[in-house]
Amino acid sequence: MRPMLNRSPMPGLGLSMGITLTMLSLVVLIPIGALLLKGANYGLAGIWETVNRERVWSALFLSFRLSLIAALFNLVFGVLLAWVLVRYRFPGRRLLDAAVDLPFALPTAVAGISLTALYAPNGAFGALAAEIGWKIAYTQWGILIALIFVGLPFVARTVQPVIEEIEREVEEASATLGATRLHTIRHVILPMLLPAALTGFALALARAVGEYGSVIFIAGNIPLVTEIAPLLIIIQLEEFDYDSAAAIGIAMLLISFAMLLVINLIQVWSRRRIGHV
Amino acid sequence: MSDATFRPATEETPLARRILIGLAATGLAILVLAPLVAVFVEALRVGIGAALESLTHKDAWAAIKLTLTIAAISVPLNAIFGVAAAWFITKFDFRGKAFLITLIDLPFSVSPVVAGLCIVLTFGANSAIGAWLVGNGYPIVFAMPGIILATMFVTFPFVARELIPVMIEQGRAEEEAALTLGAGGWRVFWTVTLPNIRWALLYGVLLCNARAMGEFGAVAVVSGKIRGETATIPTTIEMLYQEYLSVAAFTLAAVLALLALVTLVLKTLLELRHADQLAATHRH
Repeated sequence: MRPMLNRSPMPGLGLSMGITLTMLSLVVLIPIGALLLKGANYGLAGIWETVNRERVWSALFLSFRLSLIAALFNLVFGVLLAWVLVRYRFPGRRLLDAAVDLPFALPTAVAGISLTALYAPNGAFGALAAEIGWKIAYTQWGILIALIFVGLPFVARTVQPVIEEIEREVEEASATLGATRLHTIRHVILPMLLPAALTGFALALARAVGEYGSVIFIAGNIPLVTEIAPLLIIIQLEEFDYDSAAAIGIAMLLISFAMLLVINLIQVWSRRRIGHV
Repeated sequence: MSDATFRPATEETPLARRILIGLAATGLAILVLAPLVAVFVEALRVGIGAALESLTHKDAWAAIKLTLTIAAISVPLNAIFGVAAAWFITKFDFRGKAFLITLIDLPFSVSPVVAGLCIVLTFGANSAIGAWLVGNGYPIVFAMPGIILATMFVTFPFVARELIPVMIEQGRAEEEAALTLGAGGWRVFWTVTLPNIRWALLYGVLLCNARAMGEFGAVAVVSGKIRGETATIPTTIEMLYQEYLSVAAFTLAAVLALLALVTLVLKTLLELRHADQLAATHRH
């Protein structure tokens, strides 16, 4: 068996390990542990009782359903973006490339009020939509727009380096063997991008499920209709109902871990199927 | 021979290209650039004078000072953690390394609101630790330490994630050579390791800082949003917006948007100039 720790001539073992483990515990592990401990005291039955209310179910269902749709949109658009940014040369390419990172850099509260200003009935896009009777802000459409915004960079940024690595010989071989360009893209290129795209998809999904700042302004926050799960936690906290807040928090934590696990399994499967990636 | 008659088999037709570029540009313009422009349009709706005046209000000023203070404390702490964790993970061999990396990445998959909730449950007046600290005059929640902890939680992986791949790639040979030649541990770090990782460190700190100054969900939960005391820029934006003080809200938002733009420019410069010294495989 491998020893717990190999002896190494490198200095600084005690110091770097000490700082790492102390800060990790203090900032991340103890707080998450406190949440789980609260849940353990409350018991599975207690958690279930809190979660099993119409308002909580509909908030959880809303958060996960819209996050899934937003992540699927970003999966497709992200691959398209990555392809265009890596393969084509055109004026303004660098600007577009930098713009992809904007949702990471722009604080969520800023994005939230700005999207609301754009999509409200008197906003630039909202007024256009209103002409055909389409209400975006303060409906589930508004939440979807906000979730697409925050998740936009993930797929593009995970897929871009993979496209850069694809060797042209593979595409040439495919073309030489008589495949049309569309055929090559579908059967040769896209399968190579799949694992990275799924990673980006999982990250976008996890981000969207927990998103709060960019959503609450545009959502309207009507219980059972446009109330997201993170907002429900805040409402419980403001009523000093820590047990319910913890129960919803644990439910969200468990569901997002479960989703990440499923996505990881899909990735393992797709890597094995394609073999070489 | 013109482009139209000769086209390599590994390229799309010019028409397909144009359509794809058009889709990408239009999508980004609507989804990402329009919200950025809207921030400035709304801030300047009644002129630059009104916008600047709203910034001189004492609550706005207090929020700016608080946010700068929070970032000045939490970002260096996270940088120290990131360097220590990267050193520990890349310079030594031990069991459970992958698990440790997963734990460090954990905050990225936790909702900021849940992060704030965790801190309230650990250090709030209802908990054992919290009650003791409050009893001794050191409140954490609804005070500055809580905001710092919440900020550190959500930005925790940034620096470490950037440094670990870079330091794995660089290996240990240079440090080992310096040690053999008789340099002490700190000297090796300052003269050999740090120059090798400085751009990656700067890159991580840049992203960490942008997130630290803009964090909303986690801070909203732990800060109590006390005006002039524990309200940061993002939480003040929310309060102003909900009081229909649109110009003041969007002006503060424009300050943060400018910070985001500066961050993006610096980040792009780093990627252009020092691409070889950054972690190439993940760029977010």
